[in-house]
Amino acid sequence: MNPLYARRRRKSAIAMMLCVGATVFGLTWLVLILATLFWNGLAGFTLDVFTQMTPPPNAQDGGLLNAIVGSLILTGLGIAVGAPIGVLAGTFMAEYGRYSKLTSIIRFINDILLSAPSIIIGLFVYGAVVVPMGGFSGLAGAIALAVIALPVVVRTTEDMLLLVPIQLREAAAALGMPRSYVIKRVTWQAARTGLVTGLLLAVARISGETAPLLFTALSNQFWSVDLLKTMANLPVTINNFINNPDPNWKRLAWSGALIITMAVLALNILARSLSARSQSK
Amino acid sequence: MTSHSISDSADMAASRSRADALASFKTGDTIFQWMTYLAAACVLLVLGGIIVSLFFGAWPAISTFGLDFLTTQRWAPNARPQAVLGGLGPIYGTLVTSVIALIIAAPVGLGIAVFLTELCPQWLRRPIGVAVELLAGIPSIIYGIWGFFVLGPWLADTIEPAIANAFEGVPILGALFDGPASNLSIFNASLVLAIMILPFVTAIARDVFSTVPPVLKEAAYGLGCTRWEVVRHVVLPFTRVGVIGGIMLALGRALGETMAVTFVIGNSFRISGSIFAPGTTISAAIASEFAESRDLHQSALILLGLLLFVLTFFVLAAARLMLMRLERKQGA
Repeated sequence: MNPLYARRRRKSAIAMMLCVGATVFGLTWLVLILATLFWNGLAGFTLDVFTQMTPPPNAQDGGLLNAIVGSLILTGLGIAVGAPIGVLAGTFMAEYGRYSKLTSIIRFINDILLSAPSIIIGLFVYGAVVVPMGGFSGLAGAIALAVIALPVVVRTTEDMLLLVPIQLREAAAALGMPRSYVIKRVTWQAARTGLVTGLLLAVARISGETAPLLFTALSNQFWSVDLLKTMANLPVTINNFINNPDPNWKRLAWSGALIITMAVLALNILARSLSARSQSK
Repeated sequence: MTSHSISDSADMAASRSRADALASFKTGDTIFQWMTYLAAACVLLVLGGIIVSLFFGAWPAISTFGLDFLTTQRWAPNARPQAVLGGLGPIYGTLVTSVIALIIAAPVGLGIAVFLTELCPQWLRRPIGVAVELLAGIPSIIYGIWGFFVLGPWLADTIEPAIANAFEGVPILGALFDGPASNLSIFNASLVLAIMILPFVTAIARDVFSTVPPVLKEAAYGLGCTRWEVVRHVVLPFTRVGVIGGIMLALGRALGETMAVTFVIGNSFRISGSIFAPGTTISAAIASEFAESRDLHQSALILLGLLLFVLTFFVLAAARLMLMRLERKQGA
């Protein structure tokens, strides 16, 4: 082998080693984070976490029930508001306005909102909802989450509807179906799995959000289901408990962190396996 | 005769109900179209709402401090007779942490993407791709507490002293890595950010790498190119715009990341030359002070938020334009 070629081969081998190294480096963090989370989260994990309220300082027991329920309400409400608007907006972009200038503008803005800092959304909702309503409320938190979920749903809906073959729509239209029927009964049906995937991803995205809740829903220590008052929720509870010297609070914060991460990862995996299955079909 | 008239009226009834059905289809159609139209307008409304509400919230601070806000380092919300608030510290912190994060994450992310598209055996591609994407799914507060309890102490005890010793006395670099090691530092925040944006760089780089036509790569291999030469001289030039777009998208994420940074940066408004010293970023400042702020202090925090939004808007817009250019190139 001539020396020039040997040198090129060597250079290539080194570069490829570095790429393997980069992959190992990236995966190491995932393993480390999950290991820490399981180690600390399982250490104090009992069934009480799901059945008891958050405890006062210096207590020995207590759980996260109110925070878990609050998070479920906020996330559910956020999706209930954000998802229908998102699906309809995505439908407009893929069906009625597919070739219009407006659609490309909306797509561009939507992509920016998709990556916009979530704390900015919190500030926006603080100014637009919290101040006029005169105080922090669960409703404001749910609206903030809806604003974050919206671009995720819009994006996936448009992408999924664009994948539906045009012949399906033409066939339905040829039978005399009005356009809204074609969309609702044919296009949405055909893209069903994709739309569900989008919803799951949106739920995963908002259920771990902390920053926008800090000054919209705030959080509290009690059983709270009144939407017009502050509402307990997991992320902010973790945020408040983790830095506390009280070991009981810290234990609960780690348990909460484990719950939330597992829930989000499970949603992500579910969404991915759904979309993989629909693609292989 | 009778039978005739019956069938006549039946015909008329049928045609009337047909007309009714058509009319109801038509109104249903119009209503549905308007609903989708309004929903689409919502997206624009959200953007408009964000800008308007931030601007109104920030107006007291803008009119009080003006352009001085951008050059003042002092952050004293309780100063007498009037609060002195300058955004230089958080702005500096935001830019520095994001740039350091990018310097770490960009090469590593590209490396993983090269591994996934060029080296990895087919059966491993999906699991590793999913694993990297799961990194993106972990909520940012988890990164924050992990950085606070695990990464911070480790950096302060082992890594930072080692780097500081290695560069002691070296001009510029010595100052950059100067000072007592601390759990809470700009360096720690940058590293956490780097881990967080790694999946974004990887995912986009992998997607744009897979747009390279196989025939180009095959031709290069056919000429006797090594794998690295194919990546360096065929894949990267072909996907340059997309790769830069992906990196800027990750930059946009890093600029606005809140919870992960808030835990590990130390919330100090003083600018220190050393990256091992505590600092703050715009989002960390808002997250830790906003709930207890009032009046001018609050307005100044909203002004910081407005600046952050404008900054990320331009970074993200540039990123999207680049990625769109790549898509068009593919379409052509």
